[in-house]
Amino acid sequence: MLTLQFVPYTDIEKLDSAGRIKKLLTIVKEEKIVLMQGRLKPEEETGLIEKTMESIGKKFTGIEICTIYPEEVNADLFGRLKKEFYKVLIGDREGITVIGPASLIKEIRRDPNKIQLFTSVPVRRTSPRRKVVSGKAGKTHKKKR
Amino acid sequence: MIRILTNFVKRIFLQLFAEKKQIKLGFYGPPNSGKTTLSNKICKDWLGEEIGVASKIPHETRNVTLKDSVVIKHRGKELSFTLVDTPGIATKIDYEEFLKYKMPEAVAKKRAKEATKGGIEAIKWLDEMDCVVVVLDATKNPYSQVNVTIIGNLAARDIPVLIVANKIDLKKASIKKVEDAFPQYEVVGLSALEGTNIEEFYESLFRIIKRR
Repeated sequence: MLTLQFVPYTDIEKLDSAGRIKKLLTIVKEEKIVLMQGRLKPEEETGLIEKTMESIGKKFTGIEICTIYPEEVNADLFGRLKKEFYKVLIGDREGITVIGPASLIKEIRRDPNKIQLFTSVPVRRTSPRRKVVSGKAGKTHKKKR
Repeated sequence: MIRILTNFVKRIFLQLFAEKKQIKLGFYGPPNSGKTTLSNKICKDWLGEEIGVASKIPHETRNVTLKDSVVIKHRGKELSFTLVDTPGIATKIDYEEFLKYKMPEAVAKKRAKEATKGGIEAIKWLDEMDCVVVVLDATKNPYSQVNVTIIGNLAARDIPVLIVANKIDLKKASIKKVEDAFPQYEVVGLSALEGTNIEEFYESLFRIIKRR
C-alpha cells in the first residue's frame, strides 16, 4: 500500500527552513509520499539533501524528490509584477513538490509538466512489474506498464 | 539578498586584485557524470598530472579535492584556477548498489557512509566557488531534481554556471535534451574521456568568467 500525504502551503508557511525540512523528512521516514503545495527555496532544497545525507543509515536510504513549477513563457511585465505581488501577499504556492522514501520510489521522472513515480510496489500480486503513477495538470492516473 | 550583496562586493574586490587571485572553479554534478574525468583532462592538459581517480563505480570521489595554480591559456589570454573536484551530490545512497560491482559488504557500507559525508562536504563548498561547471551525463534524463537543485542554488548565490553535457561519445547522448532542460544556461557538449570539444569548453569557460 502506498500512502500519499498532502502538505498544504498553510502547514509550512509559518515554519522556518529547518522546521520545513524536519517536517517533510519526518513524513518521508514514515514511508509516506509527500505531496506538498508549492516548492522549497533553493537553499531549503540543498538543506533537505544535506539532512537526508545525515540521516542515511540501515533503514533509511534516502529520498526521491521532484518539483514541477509553471514556467513563465510569455508573461508580460504587468503579468510578472502581478505574480510577484501575489507571492509577497500570500506566499509562493505555485507548483507541487513530491518527496518519497527511496525504499518505495525507485525513480521520479519529470517531463517537464508531468511527474511519473516508478515504485517498487507491484500492481497485482501476480505481476512483479513496476507500477507507474503519473500525474498531470492536477489529475492522478494509475496505469500498468 | 545578503548573499547577492556579498557576492557583488566580492566581485568588485576580485576585479581590483584580479591578477593575483586564483579563480576557484568547482566541478559539481550527480555521481558518475564525469566530474573527475573532466578535472583530470584539464589538469593533464595544463599541469601534466591528474587530480583524482575516476571509476565506473559511483561515488569514487568521496572528498573534495583541490588543485592549485592551474594556468589555462586560451586565444592569447591566461587565467589561473584552483580546480575543486567535488563528490557527486545525490538524494539517496544505498550500499547494496555497490554490491553489484562485486564489492565486499563491509567495503560497500564504508563507501556509502563516506559518500554521504562527501555529498554534505560538496554542498558546504558551494559558497566558496567563483564559478561552477555542472557536469551532467548526456545519456541520462537531465530533469533530475538534484541537477535542478544544484543549478538553482548557484543561481540564488549569483555564481556563474557552465553546464557540460558529458559523454557525447556514447550513442544515447543528447546535448539537446540538456539544452532544453536548462535553456537559460550555456551548455557545452563534450567527451571528457576522449577530449572531444574541449576547445569549445575552454572558449565557453573564458566567456563565462569574463561576464562575472
